[in-house]
Amino acid sequence: MKLKHLSEIALALMRARWKQTMVAAIGVTFSIALFVTLLGFMEGLNNLLDGIVLNRTPHVRLYNDIQPSKLQPIDMSDAFKDYHNFISSVKPGKKRKEIYNAQQIVKKLQSDDRVLGVAPKITDQVFYNLGNIDLNGIINGLDVEQEAKLFAFSDYVIKGNYQDLQTISNSIIIGQGVADIINAKVDDIVTVTAAGGEQFPLKVIGIYESGLSEIDKRQSFASLTTTRKLLGVNSNYISDIQIKLKDLDIAPTLAVEYENLFSLDAEDIQTANAQFETGSSVRSIISYAVGITLLIVSGFGIYNILNMLIYEKMDTIAILKATGFAGSDVKKIFISISLSIGVAGAFGGIIFGVLMSLGIDAIPFSAPSLPTVDTYPIDYGLQYYAIAILFAMLTTYLAGWLPAKKASKVDPVIIIRGK
Amino acid sequence: MENTIALEARSIYKSFNDPVTVDVLKDVSFRVDRGEYASIIGRSGSGKSTLLYILSTMDTDFTGELLIDGIGVRNKTEKELAAIRNEKIGFVFQFHYLLNEFTAIKNVMLPGFKLNKVSEEELEHNAYGYLKDLGTEKLARKMAYQLSGGEKQRVAIARAMINDPLLIMCDEPTGNLDSKNADIVFNIFKDLTETYNKTLLVVTHDLDFANKTGRIIELHDGRVL
Repeated sequence: MKLKHLSEIALALMRARWKQTMVAAIGVTFSIALFVTLLGFMEGLNNLLDGIVLNRTPHVRLYNDIQPSKLQPIDMSDAFKDYHNFISSVKPGKKRKEIYNAQQIVKKLQSDDRVLGVAPKITDQVFYNLGNIDLNGIINGLDVEQEAKLFAFSDYVIKGNYQDLQTISNSIIIGQGVADIINAKVDDIVTVTAAGGEQFPLKVIGIYESGLSEIDKRQSFASLTTTRKLLGVNSNYISDIQIKLKDLDIAPTLAVEYENLFSLDAEDIQTANAQFETGSSVRSIISYAVGITLLIVSGFGIYNILNMLIYEKMDTIAILKATGFAGSDVKKIFISISLSIGVAGAFGGIIFGVLMSLGIDAIPFSAPSLPTVDTYPIDYGLQYYAIAILFAMLTTYLAGWLPAKKASKVDPVIIIRGK
Repeated sequence: MENTIALEARSIYKSFNDPVTVDVLKDVSFRVDRGEYASIIGRSGSGKSTLLYILSTMDTDFTGELLIDGIGVRNKTEKELAAIRNEKIGFVFQFHYLLNEFTAIKNVMLPGFKLNKVSEEELEHNAYGYLKDLGTEKLARKMAYQLSGGEKQRVAIARAMINDPLLIMCDEPTGNLDSKNADIVFNIFKDLTETYNKTLLVVTHDLDFANKTGRIIELHDGRVL
């Protein structure tokens, strides 16, 4: 029995009930289109939301943490080496935030194959003064070029040119929230007081908006040189080293490695932002669940229609069997009906899905907190289309399998005798 | 040595158990030689249709032995039985039973698709040949539901012929036809046995028809008389 002839029979049977067949195929089309659109939209949003934080977060951050020494003197004593020593209320000692030998560490990291880039940074507490207002905040001294390259710094500078940080001395970019409170505009001078007590006039050359208002109300950015001057520290001072890796997943292992290698504290992105990962995966699971439910519902549609078709075509099945078609041939015919509904539906669904995604992609969407986005985000990942097609094939096959099995069991004698 | 026996039934018993046990066939034994034109007659309820379904291998729920072309059908799988039906037995039913979704010629070709021995072109050529022999070649491209009863019956006969079977079985082939068409069908069958040397087994209650056949097997209360 050639496939061509099986499909010819299947096609003829479908044509006999083409309206129902169309309805079934449209059901599949609809569910696949919604599946890919829903997932593309949801993942687009996920990526966008994650990007707000994850894009700007170093994969591994090296710094000196303020915490009690892990190795207390009693642990070093030979006399108590084999004991469990309990010390309560250990206080951290005075420790400098500066990273020693920062230049060498940066060089060493830059030669590491697994590292995409390294950006040194200084963070410290400051006060913004304007008239009577003293607002506390955080200043970030940046290597502007690296920061823009690795952490999309430039995306969030909504007014002014971020490169001026380097070219104009004593310049600062302040967060939108800070700017609102102290009523500062680009080209204004703001006075910044460092934690050490020194006051410093800085020129606002840009406004920064991250989308997280807590950050925008506190943060400001300056070049490394300006920050060092402000804080009154030496010209090699660095408090953080931010590392971006080629593979985000190895961050936790590398963090441990660097911690031991450089005797610094290291924090990886997974630990720093665990809650964002959880949020994304829960959203993905919900959209997959909805999408797969749609596909299963369309599977029931196919099941119903095939069942009806079989009741209607009992005579045909009986005659095929009487003239020598085996039960397995009949089964193949009905499964191929079901699968062709699935394939046609999936094909249409993909086309409609892409069109709907393009439609959503074109809807204007401007949130003040998302400066880089002006339409709804869509992720056109091929994997959603692949999953949709796979599930469509699976559900249509299963939906066809039960009725096909029933058709293959039709006893021609009962049908022919019954006439 | 050529097997001259087309079909042999050895003491076939068949009973229905629902709702009460009724013995339909009791110790039915006979053989049909190649090229014979035999008819099975009997009153309504004498079990002649039941016997035909057993002989056609569609009904396997019986005791006794059935050999088609010397091959026993006991312990054969559903698939093997389907293959035997496809290759060795042609069917003509009382209610024509063409598939309405197909044209007349496709209906004729369908059992050939299953046998898959000759190319599609050759199959179509053969189908056309049989339709022509039966005087229905003009109907080849018409859909099955557009044909009249007599035309359908002739197309059904062409379909029974397509795989060049050993046996052609007919269940009341003239039951739904007027006497003119019944005569046409009878003559076609006669031709089949004479020209193509086919073996025919016809179940009928039409005594005139039966009397003209070469041999009459009469069933009475499930026994061969």
